[in-house]
Parts: sequence; C-alpha cells; structure tokens
Amino acid sequence: MALSDDDVRRVAELVRIGLDESEVKPLGEELSRIFSWIEALREVDVAGVAPMTSVVEMQLRERDDAVTDGDCRDQVLGNAPAADDGHFVVPRVIE
Amino acid sequence: MASDLNRLGVAEAAARLAAGDCSAVELVEACIAAQEAAANLNAVVADTAERACAAARHADQRRHRNEARPLEGIPVAVKDIFCTRGAPTTAGSRILDGFVPEYESTVSAKLWDTGAILLGKTNMDEFAMGSSNETSWWGPVRNPWSPADGPSLVPGGSSGGSAAIVAAHAVPAALGTDTGGSIRQPASFCGVVGLKPTYGRCSRWGIIAFASSLDQAGPLTRSVADAALILQHIAGFDPKDSTSADLPVPDLHSALQGDVKGLRVGIPAEYRLDTLPVAVGDLWEQGIAWFRAAGAELRDVSLPHTRYALPAYYIVAPAEASANLARYDGVRFGLRSAGKDPDELYTRTRREGFGEEVRRRIMIGGYVLSEGYYDAYYLRAQQVRTRIAEDFRTAFREVDVLLTPTAPSSAFPEGAKTDDPLAMYVNDIFTVPASLAGLPAISVPAGLDDDRLPLGLQLIGQAFDEATLLRAAAALENAVGTLQAPAVSA
Amino acid sequence: MTGARTIVGATGEWELVIGLEVHAQAATRSKLFSGAATAFGAEPNVQVSLVDAAMPGMLPVINGAAVDQAIRTGLALGAEVNRFSVFDRKNYFYPDLPQGYQISQYRHPIVGAGELRVDLPDGRTRVVGIERLHLEQDAGKLVHDRSATDSHVDLNRAGIPLMEIVSRPDLRDWEEAGAYLRKLRALLRAIGSCDGNMEQGSLRADANVSVRRPGAPLGTRCELKNLNSVRFLMRAIEVEARRQVGIIEAGEAVRQETRLYDPQRNETRAMRSKEDAHDYRYFPDPDLLPLSLSDARIERLRDSLPELPDEIRERLIGEYGLTPYDASVLVAEPDAAGFFEAAAQGRSGKRVANWIVTNLFGALNEAERPLAESPVSAEALGQLVGLIENGTISDRIARDVFEEMFRTGSSPQAIVEARGLRQIQDADAIDAAIDAALSANPGQLEQYRAGKTKVLGWFVGQVMKATRGQANPALVNARLRQKLDPDGAG
Ligand SMILES: [Mg+2]
Ligand SMILES: [Zn+2]
Repeated sequence: MALSDDDVRRVAELVRIGLDESEVKPLGEELSRIFSWIEALREVDVAGVAPMTSVVEMQLRERDDAVTDGDCRDQVLGNAPAADDGHFVVPRVIE
Repeated sequence: MASDLNRLGVAEAAARLAAGDCSAVELVEACIAAQEAAANLNAVVADTAERACAAARHADQRRHRNEARPLEGIPVAVKDIFCTRGAPTTAGSRILDGFVPEYESTVSAKLWDTGAILLGKTNMDEFAMGSSNETSWWGPVRNPWSPADGPSLVPGGSSGGSAAIVAAHAVPAALGTDTGGSIRQPASFCGVVGLKPTYGRCSRWGIIAFASSLDQAGPLTRSVADAALILQHIAGFDPKDSTSADLPVPDLHSALQGDVKGLRVGIPAEYRLDTLPVAVGDLWEQGIAWFRAAGAELRDVSLPHTRYALPAYYIVAPAEASANLARYDGVRFGLRSAGKDPDELYTRTRREGFGEEVRRRIMIGGYVLSEGYYDAYYLRAQQVRTRIAEDFRTAFREVDVLLTPTAPSSAFPEGAKTDDPLAMYVNDIFTVPASLAGLPAISVPAGLDDDRLPLGLQLIGQAFDEATLLRAAAALENAVGTLQAPAVSA
Repeated sequence: MTGARTIVGATGEWELVIGLEVHAQAATRSKLFSGAATAFGAEPNVQVSLVDAAMPGMLPVINGAAVDQAIRTGLALGAEVNRFSVFDRKNYFYPDLPQGYQISQYRHPIVGAGELRVDLPDGRTRVVGIERLHLEQDAGKLVHDRSATDSHVDLNRAGIPLMEIVSRPDLRDWEEAGAYLRKLRALLRAIGSCDGNMEQGSLRADANVSVRRPGAPLGTRCELKNLNSVRFLMRAIEVEARRQVGIIEAGEAVRQETRLYDPQRNETRAMRSKEDAHDYRYFPDPDLLPLSLSDARIERLRDSLPELPDEIRERLIGEYGLTPYDASVLVAEPDAAGFFEAAAQGRSGKRVANWIVTNLFGALNEAERPLAESPVSAEALGQLVGLIENGTISDRIARDVFEEMFRTGSSPQAIVEARGLRQIQDADAIDAAIDAALSANPGQLEQYRAGKTKVLGWFVGQVMKATRGQANPALVNARLRQKLDPDGAG
C-alpha cells in the first residue's frame, strides 16, 4: 500500500498537523512502509466477526439526570492562552 | 541508617514508618536526595520536592494522632500523563507546556487518599507514544543500568521515567500507564516489576488519553508484593469512567501467600520467534524450569493470531489517538502559536507542539479512518482484536497463566532505533497481544543478559484475575532471587 | 397531482425536493455526557464542566434521561427503536467544538425509520418518511460582535443533548416544509421530549433543497444550515429553490454546498468555513460502550407517552365534529388543542374552533405572540362564544368584543355591559326600527314591491345600522319579511 503525495497532503490537512512541502515525500515513503507491514491483516478471516468493543460483557452505564457539575468558569478558563470577559478568544472566524 | 531509606520498598517502608523506626520526612528527604543524585537520568520532569516535604510533615502529624492510613508517608512518583492538581502535567509534550490541571486523576487521588505522597512527575515518551523514552519534549531518559563507560541506554517506554526512577532506588514505587506495553517493557529494560491490570480495573479519568480502548494505569515497583499493594489501592470502580468495571477488587495481599503447585502455566508457541536473541530464549527456558520446579504444570498452547497483533495495534492505537489528540488545538490550554484564522492557529500550534512520532501516528490514524479506508483498516483491526481475544479465551480453558518474554531484547543504546519506526514498534511484540485483549500482565525481572542488562519475563492472566497473576509472579520472583542492582544506586 | 407548489421559470416548471434535518434539544436538566446544567440564558462558560471544555483526561458518561427522550420521540414517530446503537466520534476542527470531535451516532443510530403525518392547509395530507433519529452533542457558540479581529467562544451549549431527526426527501414545497416542522414541534412538545423553543435554539432545522423537472431524477442539493423559525425555513427554501432554478436555466450547474440564509436580504450564501470537502473519519467512541436497550425499558417509555397529536386530532373530529383541517391546525400549534378543549366546554366545538383558528390565531400572528401569551384566555373565548350562542350578542358585535378583549384582556361580559352591546331581542323595538327605515326610504320600498327582492338585505343593513349592530339579525330578517311579504311568510 503506497501513499501518494496527495494522500499525505490530504490527511495532514484533515488532522491539522502542519506539514512542510519538503516533508511530504519522506513521510509518504515512511508511511507506505508501515502500511505495507500492516497489510498482513488481510490474511485474517474476519467474516462475520464482531469488532471488539469491551474486554468483558458490559452494559453502558447511564447517569441520573442531575446537575452535578459546571459553575467552575475559573477552572475552565484557567489554562486558556487567551480569554476575555468569560470567553475563550480565537482569531476571527468567518462563517 | 537513614541514608538507606530510599532503598526501602513500599511494604518495608510502611512497616518502618508504622514501627516508628523512621519518619515520613526522613523517608521523603532520602528519596529527594536520591532523585537529586540521579538527576542525570532525566527521569523527573516536574519538581514536587517542596510539596512532598510539606505532605510528609503532615503525614507524620497524622501518625502522631493515630490517624495514619495504609500508605501514610510513602512517596510515589507519577508518570507525567496523570493529571495532578496544582502540578504541571505535560504528557511529555511541548503542546501542554505550562498546563497545570485543577483536578486530580482518580488513580492518583486514590493513592493520596491512602496517605501516599506525590514525589516527582516522571518523564515519558510524548503522549506515551514510544518504546524508548526518546520522543519526550523533555529529552531522553537514561537507563540507570547504562554502563558508566559505555553509551547511554534507553529505559524503554513510554513509562521510562517511572521505571528508571524506581530502578535507581529514588522512590519505592511509581505509577505508569500501559497501552501496548508501556509499563512492562520499560520494567523489563530497567529491572523492575511492572504490572498492567485488566482493562477497566483502574479508572482512566484524569489520565491523558493516548488510545482509550487500551490505556490502563498500573504500578512499577521493585517487588511483586509492592505492585500488588499499590494496585490494591488504585483499583476499583469509577462512575466517571464509562469503561470502568463495576467489579470487586480481590484481596491481593492474601493472593500472594499461596504457591504455584498445580498451577497450569501456558507457553504460547507463536512467541517462539526465530529472531529471538539467545539470551532471551534461554531466560524463557529458565523461567519454564523454575515453574516446573515449583510444582506448576507446564503446557504448550497456541495463540494463532499473535502475528497480527502488532499491525492491528498500529491501526487501533493511532486511530484513537488521532481523535484523542484533536483537543490540543491551542484554544483552551497549553501551547498556542499565532495564526490569522483558527485553522492557521491549529496547524501552527500542532506543528510546533507535537513531536515527530506523535505527528506520524496522528497521520496513520487519520489515514486509516478516512473515507474509503475505515472498513479495510480500522474495522478489520477491531475484528482481528476479537480473534486475538478469542485465542486467549481458548488458551485459558487449558491454563491459568501464560509465560512469555516481556521484550525481544534488553535495553538498547539511545538513538539505535530512532530512524526506523518499524524496528521501534517491534519492541512491543510480546506485550501488545495482551493489551489488545485487555488482559492483565506483569513483567518480573528474571535475569541478566551477556551485557549484564536486565531482562524480564511476562506473565499474562485472565481478565480480572490479577490475584492468580500476582501469585504466579511472586513465585517467579522467588525463584529468580536477587539481581545485581544498577550501578547508579550502588 | 400532488398539489404542491412548483416554480415556473423561463423554461418551464420546476419541482422542489426537500428533506429536513431537525436538531431538537432533548429536555433534560444536565448535558448529554456531563453533569453541567442545560438551562437557557446563563452567563458565558458558566454551565461548562471540565468534560465539556475537553480538558485533558476527561471522559464522557451518558445521561439516561436523554436516552429516554430519544426513545420516547422514536416511539411517538412510530419508528423502530434499535436495541443496539453506537456512539461515534465525528472528527473535525472548529473553535466551537472543544474535543475536536462531536460525539454522535452514525452507523448505528438509536432510532430507525418512522413517519410523520402532515396535514396541509388545502386539505391534503402528506406522510413524510423519517429516516432516523440519533443522539449527539451540541457545539458551543461563537460570538463575533465583541471584537473586530477575534471571535469569542462560549461553551454553555457544548454538550447539550440533541436529537437529530432526519426526514426523507419527501417534502415538495416550502409550505409542506413549514407544516412538517410545525407538526414535529407539536409532537415533541406534546410528549415533552423537547420544549420546541426555536428562539432559544432548542429546535433548529437544516434543509436539503434541490429542484428538478417534475418527475425527473434528483438534482444537486444544497444544505441550508441552522434555520431557527418556521418563517425563515419557508422563506429560505423558496429563495434557494428560485436561485437554483436561475442557475440551471442560465445553463450552469448547481454546486453541492452548505449555505446560510440571510433574513435581512432574503437570500442564501455559501458558508466560507464549510468550503472544504469534509471527511469526518467517524469511528465508535472508545470511551463509551455500545448502548443496549431492553424491551422492558422501551415498553415502560411507551406507556409514559401522553395522547399524541394525531390521536387528539381524531378525537377532536369525532367528539367535537371539527373539520379535519381545523383539527389539524389545533394539534399543530403548541398548546392549541388543550386551549380548544377548555374553551369548548358546553359550547359548539365547531364554532369555538373557528374562533380560535380564524380570529385568535390571526390576532396572535399579527401581534407575533405565541398562544401561551394570548391576552384572551380559553375561558374568556368560551364565554364570548357562549354570549353568541345565547343570543346576547351577534357574530358581528362579537368580533368587536374580541378585538377589545385581545387589546385589553377584559372579559367579554364586562365589555358588553360597559359598551351597552347587548343584542336587541325585543320584537317591538325591532319593529319600530323597521318601520322607521321603511318610511324613511320609500324609493327602495317601491323597488322591492316591483320585484327587486335583493333590497330586503339592504333594509336589514339599515336596521342594523340604526341599532348600532345590536339588533338580533335573524329577528330583523324575520320581522322584515313578515312586514313586506305577509303572505309569503306563512
Ligand atoms: Mg446532519
Ligand atoms: Zn447533527
């Protein structure tokens, strides 16, 4: 499985990791090598096999509907690189 | 006498404190001194000495008032992936530079509730992605077993700082996390005990996520008994973690008392790799002999899908990580690089904040989940996981525990594998299958190789049967006897 | 023939194809995956937990009440409730999305196919297919007007539980779309699973709109985002359909894209932020297990449902003799059926319904007020109809009284008394007025005698005018006929 340069650019854009153009080729080659190693999985017969969800048979537990959290704006904003008047701040978004 | 306090294990230290032979302040100060002496290991990234001293004084006061709790005054180092209230928490990443959580992970909080004291946030591979502790923003950790005149050896990873600081006798115990081997493999490299509990046994709340379906917290200690003791106190149901198991925690102390007569120990054929170094193979044979001598029943078993474990892991873990790490975007915490619009801000922040290995895995994860590839990669890998778990279930009809090597080699020199991700990934070949199946597993130091470097043997148990696993581990430890301690603490 | 509106362009007739995705906030006290409050109108970022802010190490725990509301809504839509459903991560970056993914349901939603019956003003009924209903988290809010260079982020809405209800593309014009949304809102409100408050964002619609030649294959669609009133929904669909017809007739192709409706300019425009093709990389959230529902739970919730709008509609037709259209209008408006039943106690249902649908809704519409804020109570409207029925006032006077009731909130009796509007029932008084009218208008009387019988109506009008509308019109009519035509009256 070989990744094209465009594959690399497309995925890098999706995951916002910021790739220099000079990094595209070497990263593509490296990923292609990893993916050809991963190809081994094709040998496994998985017909009708359920994907794994949990180690033990477990039910999703549900919470009671009660207000038990929030009201902690100082904590929420405490680590923010930019905050103003109770808000997080980001460069202007154009919708 | 007091100068040796740092060499005490958890149980010994607790006994000495209880007997009034030493104070918590003395114990903590001895460990602080040992950590300072071991500063060249680069094992500790956030200095918590001052608050540890304050906590130790507090612990001594409680003891005077007869209010001492089980681990009152015992210092424990914590991998920098656990959010610790008021102490910087970075997961080894620049992207969390300056992040100070106002909350405490469930597991560490439980430990402090028993009276234990935080002493040192330990270095780790960035976001736990690595097997050598070389991907940390804080720089590599040096294995205390590194020869004085030779190259610096890696401690393994990702809990390399925790393994190294325990091996250096600079703290009696440390917490780590294990996703594909991140407790067991560094334990093997550093000659300490590393226990990964069953997935769901310990809460993941407050632990920075790498791969949610695999991550599990556990102890690194210098004895099996200490690992059991720490696990006893950090395990248990947590309603804040939807994947936490609502099951009682067995009495692990009494579990250690029994012997292994009649215990059925399985040897999986598929772990006998052609490429296995002779020393590792020999040690495994030695382990088999020890168990046989102790009265255990040895059986060959087959885990036919073993060879698919690593490739499946390198789909599942990066896929989950690619989403788990999306929250590091420069908006609410951590590093922020300037951008004219949010997208530029994200891209620059993540480029500057994440290291090479993290970016590589996010790419892998993004790719396997992207349109047209989900079924072929992610879904298939999760199906293979089911197959692997079935293999184990089948084997456990015949045996009680499995015995394997922990890692395919002893500690290697820094830089030896950094250019070849695949060579690095193979480090986890023996640890990843149990991770994928969510099973408990432990690495016990079992011998030294020709370079006089430690090697561990791994025991894998059935889901939620840490009691049997620890009983077998204690028997193995007993058979091994004492290994030569690393040079740094000699 | 469907009877739906079409657009007639320069080259002929175009049919619309519309599907709606409605986001309805599930009525709960706390958020879908955290214990923060959902109440409307809080200060920014106050109703935010560390989970909602996606702080490192935080984990989701699902709110059982949100699950219940989704199940109840599914049942009310006559839909299949899936015993097994899965929460997926929908991955994308946006400043209002703290986790970098939205927890939603993609491959396995909690509710499958159902339908909603929509009655249209022209008497047609359209049964609209519901494709699915799934649970998901809402995003936060971006505030753009606090700064020229920055946007501010408020996460109070982040994590609020939404039920996304996706219709099949079964709607054929904006009237149908409006009627569908009204009916859905009435259903949600009737069962209490959503308060339906569109101004506060508890209910929002996205419309997928395309045009085609009648009966031709589907055209390229555009998605209109976040329409927050029925009126805007209808106007947006019409203006978007006309835009698409214009493009196609100019020989160009419609581009599939996400667009925003600008109510000020009554036009739609492409969203700049949604330009890139999305690849959401959905995968099951490893922090949550699949949701499995028992039959017992579903049956318990089925039993908790009140009378549904369609059931009420049938009952109004059967019990009160309402026309199907009036009954449909009453069940489609929030609280209207209850209002009707309270007003209709002991009165003609048909007449009460007519007063509500025509007069009251007309006045409310003009005043842009919901029924809940009607200045005329159900009791007062019933009294007004009672005054008509017992002959105290005429229909005409009643309209004046109603106007004053709506303006001042006074009771109809008080208005009738204060203004002396009581109807004249006294035959002698009416005869006197008739005589006066006849003698004052000999010319018209002559015309009548000459066979122009229409003049009778004119004389009724004169008498009513002379009595300031207070004469009983039926009585005036009868007495006049008797006077003018004593033989024919027998
Ligand atoms: Mg949608
Ligand atoms: Zn949605």
